[in-house]
Amino acid sequence: MNNKENLYQFLLRCSDDNLIAGQRMAEWCSNGPILEEDLAMVNISLDLLGQSESFLDYAATLDTMGKNADDLAFGRSEREYFNHLLVEQPNGDFAVSMVKLLFFSAYQKELYTALMSSKDERIAAICAKAVKEARYHYRHASDWFERLALGTDESLRRLNDAIVELWPFTENFFEMDNAYQALQAENIVPEMADIRKKWLSNIQEVFRNGEVDLPGDVHMYSGGINGYHTEHLGHLLCEMQYLHHAHPGAQW
Amino acid sequence: MSENKNDQLPLWEVFIQKSNGAPIKHAGSIHASDKEMALQNARDIYTRRNEGRLLWLVPSNAIVATVIEDEADFFDPADDKIYRHPSFYEVPDGVTNI
Amino acid sequence: MDTVENMSPELLAFEARLAKDEVIEPKDWMPADYAKTLLRQISQHAHSEVIGMQPEGNWVLRAPTFRAKKILLAKIQDEGGHGLYLYSAAETLGMDRSQMIDQLHEGKAKYSSIFNYPALNWADIGAIGWLVDGAAIVNQVSLQRTSFGPYARAMVRICMEESFHQRQGYEIMVRMMRGNEAQRQMAQDAMNRWWWPALMMFGPHDKDSAHTQQSMKWKIKRQSNDVLRQRFVDKTIPQAHFIGLNVPDPDLKYDEETKSYQIGEINWDEFNQVIRGNGFCNHARLSHHKKRIGKESGYVRLQLHTL
Repeated sequence: MNNKENLYQFLLRCSDDNLIAGQRMAEWCSNGPILEEDLAMVNISLDLLGQSESFLDYAATLDTMGKNADDLAFGRSEREYFNHLLVEQPNGDFAVSMVKLLFFSAYQKELYTALMSSKDERIAAICAKAVKEARYHYRHASDWFERLALGTDESLRRLNDAIVELWPFTENFFEMDNAYQALQAENIVPEMADIRKKWLSNIQEVFRNGEVDLPGDVHMYSGGINGYHTEHLGHLLCEMQYLHHAHPGAQW
Repeated sequence: MSENKNDQLPLWEVFIQKSNGAPIKHAGSIHASDKEMALQNARDIYTRRNEGRLLWLVPSNAIVATVIEDEADFFDPADDKIYRHPSFYEVPDGVTNI
Repeated sequence: MDTVENMSPELLAFEARLAKDEVIEPKDWMPADYAKTLLRQISQHAHSEVIGMQPEGNWVLRAPTFRAKKILLAKIQDEGGHGLYLYSAAETLGMDRSQMIDQLHEGKAKYSSIFNYPALNWADIGAIGWLVDGAAIVNQVSLQRTSFGPYARAMVRICMEESFHQRQGYEIMVRMMRGNEAQRQMAQDAMNRWWWPALMMFGPHDKDSAHTQQSMKWKIKRQSNDVLRQRFVDKTIPQAHFIGLNVPDPDLKYDEETKSYQIGEINWDEFNQVIRGNGFCNHARLSHHKKRIGKESGYVRLQLHTL
């Protein structure tokens, strides 16, 4: 692959993370356990969708078939999606969604901070805007983590269940494939080991505040960025892309 | 903070400053369990359209207020103190900048 | 019947304030029935906003473009926000939001019957924005001058925010009517199903409306059901014709003299059935809401740990 393809691949990865996480967060719309929190989660969803679109708009400029952001979002299948595995996991109950957001936003916050000094100016500009949103999401999720952790027996139990369920998907964020390493050599993307270190120190602090232990060594899942997904993604895409499949070529 | 009945979180009053230097005005109220949640809920509910750059949150039960029965005794006495307003004073024709 | 002789001094003062178009604030003296009527109306309005999130929420995950998805999310979010403003306004009358929600779940409080119809295709999202929000806006603009301060102020904010809702709905209808044959069929299908229920949103005819007279006297309601319905009809029908949509009313007539449309007979049996809980989605909407605010998520609503 040449560097243009590598960049295209990386932009899809960033976009897909946001789109799938945004779609999952949108599932809370009209289902939030508190009305105020319903609005908060929709705000987060809107931020993520906006970020996804920014990355896809950029990717579309590199697309050889002349596709636009909507074509790319609504026209690709499971195997052509490159998001990380965590974001496609089902919402579960509120605690699962907040732990998912905590892990994801901590990753995005550190990744975007590093990407603000990317040699690719368009990426740097997208991330300078997006990092504010990621920081806010992290703040929202870490506050909820603390409330649930130090709340009732039930809230702590649900939080712990969520951690056990989601922790095995976290190492996946820091995988580097050949395409990524090629971009890193060009100073377009950061060293993932650094991002991982910062991510972990964020998470350790949040767990410490909540008086919750970090999980021990467990099997960590790998995939996503190579188009290899859990079965959940297909159902999400099926719903999201329904109108395009039912009415091929129609303009909306 | 107001009494926490069932699953009803305490009520807070939201004040917003539209832009730097502007007065901080009441916008409405929200429910939240703590200060941080109060700030975030107010942000998500009352500033989605750039309504402000600064938020104040006050527990509703910390607000003291006059009632309509107080109105006459509190505010009518100011009605006849017209010497507090510049228009009360006579300035000779031709005098300016005063 | 109150006569001036047997009216208490408080009631006399209250009526005098209303006559001067003064705004009543929560801690002011007010007749118990005034407070009760307001509480019923505002909480019903709040429940309508929140239940109204469901039919649109039904399509948010299937919205066909980034643009459509973002708009729809923002719109449904507004409905939730409007529910919050209205619950807050009602809470100033001394009832907690959780109590109001209990009343909804027990069937003692109602919500607008329009949300008991299903949203079946993407054009329904257009029809809901254009017709349902369009009808609601006509009513809400009128309520900006309602006599109870917190309600009026909530309405001002709501009207300001809702101004985009009707347009986004109409825009979807325009796009569908300019699309392919299947899209045009979806648009007409949505029009056929939502037109009459939208007209019913204004409530029974004035002569049959139990609450109208007293509410008008108290300036809770500022204009009658029929006046508001006619206003909606006259502004909406030309918009339908402009994009080639048929209005599903064989008896529809245009009166050149009054420059006004005369609609056919509304099916009040259907209206009453839906009000009584026999609409297509009554059960589904309530059980969705009970699940959302139910036992499974109850732990989130506790004051868990104060930061």
